[in-house]
Amino acid sequence: MVTRLPEAGLERARRLGRAIAVERRAVRCWRPSRGIMEDERSFSDICGGRLALQRRYYSPSCREFCLSCPRLSLRSLTAVTCTVWLAAYGLFTLCENSMILSAAIFITLLGLLGYLHFVKIDQETLLIIDSLGIQMTSSYASGKESTTFIEMGKVKDIVINEAIYMQKVIYYLCILLKDPVEPHRISQVVPVFQSAKPRLDCLIEVYRSCQEILAHQKATSTSP
Amino acid sequence: MVLKAFFPTCCVSVDSGLLVGRWVPEHSSAVVLAVLHFPFIPIQVKQLLAQVRQASQVGVAVLGTWCHCRQEPEESLGRFLEGLGAVFPHEPWLQLCRERGGTFWRCEVTHRQAPAAPSAPGEDQVMLIFYDQRQVLLSQLHPPTVLPDCQAGATPASTGGLAVVFDTVARSEVLFRSDRFDEGPVRLSHWQSEGVEASILVELARRASGPVCLLLASLLSLVSAVGACRVFRLWPLSFLGSKLSTCEQLRHRLEHLTLIFSTRKAENSAQLMRKANTVASVLLDVALGLTLLSWLHGRSRIGHLADALVPVADHVAEELQHLLQWLMGAPAGLKMNRALDQVLGRFFLYHIHLWISYIHLMSPFVEHILWHVGLSACLGLTVALSLLSDIIALLTFHIYCFYVYGARLYCLKIHGLSSLWRLFRGKKWNVLRQRVDSCSYDLDQLFIGTLLFTILLFLLPTTALYYLVFTLLRLLVVAVQGLIHLLVDLINSLPLYSLGLRLCRPYRLAAGVKFRVLQHEAGRPLRLLMQINPLPYSRVMHTYRLPSCGCHPKDSWGALCRKLFFGELIYPWRQRGDKQD
Repeated sequence: MVTRLPEAGLERARRLGRAIAVERRAVRCWRPSRGIMEDERSFSDICGGRLALQRRYYSPSCREFCLSCPRLSLRSLTAVTCTVWLAAYGLFTLCENSMILSAAIFITLLGLLGYLHFVKIDQETLLIIDSLGIQMTSSYASGKESTTFIEMGKVKDIVINEAIYMQKVIYYLCILLKDPVEPHRISQVVPVFQSAKPRLDCLIEVYRSCQEILAHQKATSTSP
Repeated sequence: MVLKAFFPTCCVSVDSGLLVGRWVPEHSSAVVLAVLHFPFIPIQVKQLLAQVRQASQVGVAVLGTWCHCRQEPEESLGRFLEGLGAVFPHEPWLQLCRERGGTFWRCEVTHRQAPAAPSAPGEDQVMLIFYDQRQVLLSQLHPPTVLPDCQAGATPASTGGLAVVFDTVARSEVLFRSDRFDEGPVRLSHWQSEGVEASILVELARRASGPVCLLLASLLSLVSAVGACRVFRLWPLSFLGSKLSTCEQLRHRLEHLTLIFSTRKAENSAQLMRKANTVASVLLDVALGLTLLSWLHGRSRIGHLADALVPVADHVAEELQHLLQWLMGAPAGLKMNRALDQVLGRFFLYHIHLWISYIHLMSPFVEHILWHVGLSACLGLTVALSLLSDIIALLTFHIYCFYVYGARLYCLKIHGLSSLWRLFRGKKWNVLRQRVDSCSYDLDQLFIGTLLFTILLFLLPTTALYYLVFTLLRLLVVAVQGLIHLLVDLINSLPLYSLGLRLCRPYRLAAGVKFRVLQHEAGRPLRLLMQINPLPYSRVMHTYRLPSCGCHPKDSWGALCRKLFFGELIYPWRQRGDKQD
């Protein structure tokens, strides 16, 4: 199991083929590479974990925001495995049945695979294309990707909303969808970056960029 | 608005020519369907496009030019391409260009007339969206958007731009019928231009299905006519028919078979999927049934089963007798009313004695019955399971009888107690006003009422205990039958064909699309790849589930508890069309 410390910024730089050492609290700089403006910044989520926001401006009408969550930490993995195996060993000393130990190993393996494939989201991407739509992709730790695309005709607006989450009040970015029957009513609210949960400063950056594109789209669209 | 050009991936490396497709002005998108190669005669091209327009009701036209050449095009070629714009007038006129072996494209849009709304300079951006023509043709969007029947491309602006693209490609099938081996007046490039896709088996099956369906449909109508004849409407048979789950399951399967072999063609894709799912379900059922049959009839298992059945029934009856002896004593240390206890216990014991004699009477015939019942498994596993459920119901008939006796007695007692309790307090139930009213009773009425109330109250524990025990037994039997019904329901309603399609050809069932940004260079148009986003399995199950028998528990848990407390009889499995109790 490969576990990486949350230095997503370093990973990105390596992938781009540049040997620039990026510090943890990276300085913002625009790197134009073959016509794509790329930018990377470090933010934190509502629990204090480190997030990396990577922005790509492909063209004036197409922008992409990529938020990477902290990876699975070795500490929590070791803690869970030890707890499960200690409990299984305790049961084994009571029952003298060795099936319990093999069952514990199976459960740990299956549980880890299931967690990586269905629960742990590594990266969340928001791609906004003028006059086409908005696409949200979540990539899981096992490589699975789940994508949702919303057409621009259905999007009413993108706003930052407040919500009560457990004992906190948090901000989240959401897309408001139009009601097909009555265009002035809102039929659905779709939250974005649900598992990364960035703080307000990160949300404001994304919000500003999206509003530029939406304003442009509203100005040039033919339908009301 | 940014102009979107949908370009098929199969035409990315074809020779230069004209772009043929449909222009959707509301969404500012140009859907390119095919590339028409040089040399051509403009009159023939216009004739072909008119034919296609008439056959498919899609506004197909020449949208522009496509240039795929070795290096930058020379000026003479550029002027020739622009001159084509005069021959095939279209607003706006697209000019796509790609270097042979290069990755980046060039795209120019020419507006003949001045644009109606003044736009900022440099606004005329173009976006190239590549799509796989075969996948978009064969796929089906969920939820299906119903586009009105349109002539020459007028669409309401409220429908999504992508639904229009899918619809255009799906309806332009007539354009894709010719391939490069046909000697036609024009040479087109599209997804089928290397050779039209077809399958010999599918064609043979299609030819053969006509007469076969006719024959089987007539046979099935004969069977259903026999089933609907008047003999089965008379009282004993109709009562049995409604109570036995086997008859219900057989009726259900007959309906399915009628649907499969009906000679009417499926009107839309939902009906086609329904038919295919029904066929898959019936085939699975019969296959599992035949497996069960071969397992039962091999190594004389039926004999073993028949030999084991009568001792098992005897054993159950013996256990019930022990239970009743226990209840007649001092069960769990509780003190019962001796007289009532003895009466009820003896009554039920006599019942069990009758039951055991009946079973012993039937024992020589059990093996034959089981053998014939086993044969019914060739009709399907669901029929065999329904038969099993019915056999369990018949074998535990005495438990059902005990439950009914106990429940009736308990219910009578509870009603009596509540009415006499009202009398005890000096009140009465007013039937006219449906409420409790005060009432003055005579002294002898009060005396008798209080006496009866006391008697009933002190006899309550005994009756309640018998009721409790037999209700628990009945609930156990109902739970076993319920599990069997659940399994039958699962086999009946599982949409196997849809699940298989989602597994093997995920692009056929589309929940939407997804885009990927391809390599981009400044100054060049943005290139995107459009792929089909397949429907998740949960939505496939939800959308294509076959309707089941309808045997679902009607009561909620709260209503069930209430009925149990007041001693009302519970019928957990109500079939469709039963009268309300």
